[in-house]
Amino acid sequence: MLYVPIAVLFLFSINSNIILSFPLSGLTLSWYQKLLDSPAVLNAASNSLKVAAGSSLVATILGTMVSILYTRYQFRFKSLLIGLAVLPLIVPYIVLAVALLLLFSILHINRSLMTIAVAHVVVELPYTILIIASRLAGFDEHLEEAAMDLGANYPTTLFQIVIPLIFPAIVSAWLVAFTVSFDEFALALFLAGTEPTFPVYLFSQLRFTNRLPVMISMAVLLMAGTLLLVFISERLQRAK
Amino acid sequence: MFNRRVTFWILLLLPLGWLSTFFIAPSLLMGIFSFRPDIEGDLRQLFVPTLAQYANVFAEKSYLRLLGISIGMALIVATVSVLLSYPLAYFLAFRSGKRTRMYLVLLLVPFWTSYLLRVMALKLMFGSEGVIDSFLRYLGLTNAPLDFLVYNRNAVVLTLIYVWVPFSALPILAALQRIDLNLFEAAADLGAGPFNQFKEITLPLSLPGVLASFFMVFIPTVGEYVTPLLVGGSGGSMFGNIIQDFFTKAANWSLGSALSMVMLLVTMVLLFVAIRRVNLRELLQ
Repeated sequence: MLYVPIAVLFLFSINSNIILSFPLSGLTLSWYQKLLDSPAVLNAASNSLKVAAGSSLVATILGTMVSILYTRYQFRFKSLLIGLAVLPLIVPYIVLAVALLLLFSILHINRSLMTIAVAHVVVELPYTILIIASRLAGFDEHLEEAAMDLGANYPTTLFQIVIPLIFPAIVSAWLVAFTVSFDEFALALFLAGTEPTFPVYLFSQLRFTNRLPVMISMAVLLMAGTLLLVFISERLQRAK
Repeated sequence: MFNRRVTFWILLLLPLGWLSTFFIAPSLLMGIFSFRPDIEGDLRQLFVPTLAQYANVFAEKSYLRLLGISIGMALIVATVSVLLSYPLAYFLAFRSGKRTRMYLVLLLVPFWTSYLLRVMALKLMFGSEGVIDSFLRYLGLTNAPLDFLVYNRNAVVLTLIYVWVPFSALPILAALQRIDLNLFEAAADLGAGPFNQFKEITLPLSLPGVLASFFMVFIPTVGEYVTPLLVGGSGGSMFGNIIQDFFTKAANWSLGSALSMVMLLVTMVLLFVAIRRVNLRELLQ
């Protein structure tokens, strides 16, 4: 039941008729071919890639910083900071979306891919923290102490010892952040300017039945790409 | 030690700066805007704060009614999702043997698939002229289009359940995997049958996971606006959709802000209830 709709999508992308109904009238790869002549679709997909790549990079860096604070420092208001950083997981996207829309309007910042990416960093951050912090909590702090005893200063210790050790967690945090952004629609719909991301573009095209097959074939390709990434990272983690 | 302190401030100030600018500040702005009488004139101009927008929210019965309906829908979605995902999690925890990890990845496949398209696929399947419809007609079982599953509240609830089930299984799975298997042996030695073992061991020990899963679905679903937009039609909107309308079509940002503040407040109250019930830290380990 979970996979049937996904299978239907795939079927749709190789079906020769615009309307998917039984019996199938024939199979074709022509939708994938038409994709190459649809610059708007390709452009939207590449916008999504840009937003996801940029925002996930920032979110992973910030998430790593918060995780180190969380597991290696004791300070006042610590739980407040962590609570704040994880809160976007719970706050409804519509609330965050309109709040950011207000902020950008008041600052006279035009909506663009950048504004979407900024919002995405906020909602990706909790995921990266959950992944990286649980990894950091699990490993031996004596290694760091040993490095410091041997004369390394704290930043060097972080970069030479800690970061390499938790690197698999950082990579999987980055991957999760990437996919969160890549598929995000609720925030992007409000914060997109003239350049749409793929979900926003897809939403604007849903009404036009004759464009659907091309959109779906693009989506199937993107999905295959993401799945490939996921399986590679899964393999990497298991190989360790 | 000097190094460690400098590092501390760098580690603290960058994330905190980001969150202050793009999370706290916008929320505060929204709060301020909800006291604004109207949005005539420049957005930055000063205004005399008023409770007029909140009076509007509470005077118009349909807003609160819709909020109530949204909470009700979220309750149904969360309850059914938990009921459906419990057996799933149970299977993964106790019956899948060495292949747990593979099943887990499979379970998460929908997470890597476009949400919009999954919802649309459901529409393609259940809608009139959809896969099931045309298949049934091809077999000659029906001849009128099936339309009870699209563009209404049932469709929104069903779609949300479909979307949530794989994820609501995760906290339950985490709780089940922590159960000490020796407990079952001990119980069996003492003569407890499978049913009693489940009732006395599995269920109570997995309850924190069940609650976490429930709130994980419940809280975001109250604020949902995309799914009603896609499959709800005119009769299936939720509270989030009126907020959306006031920020887009109706362009009444102050009233929209007030509604949005109400939603934020409801979320915070629910979160507070959840935190008192669930030990989140325990689940993260």
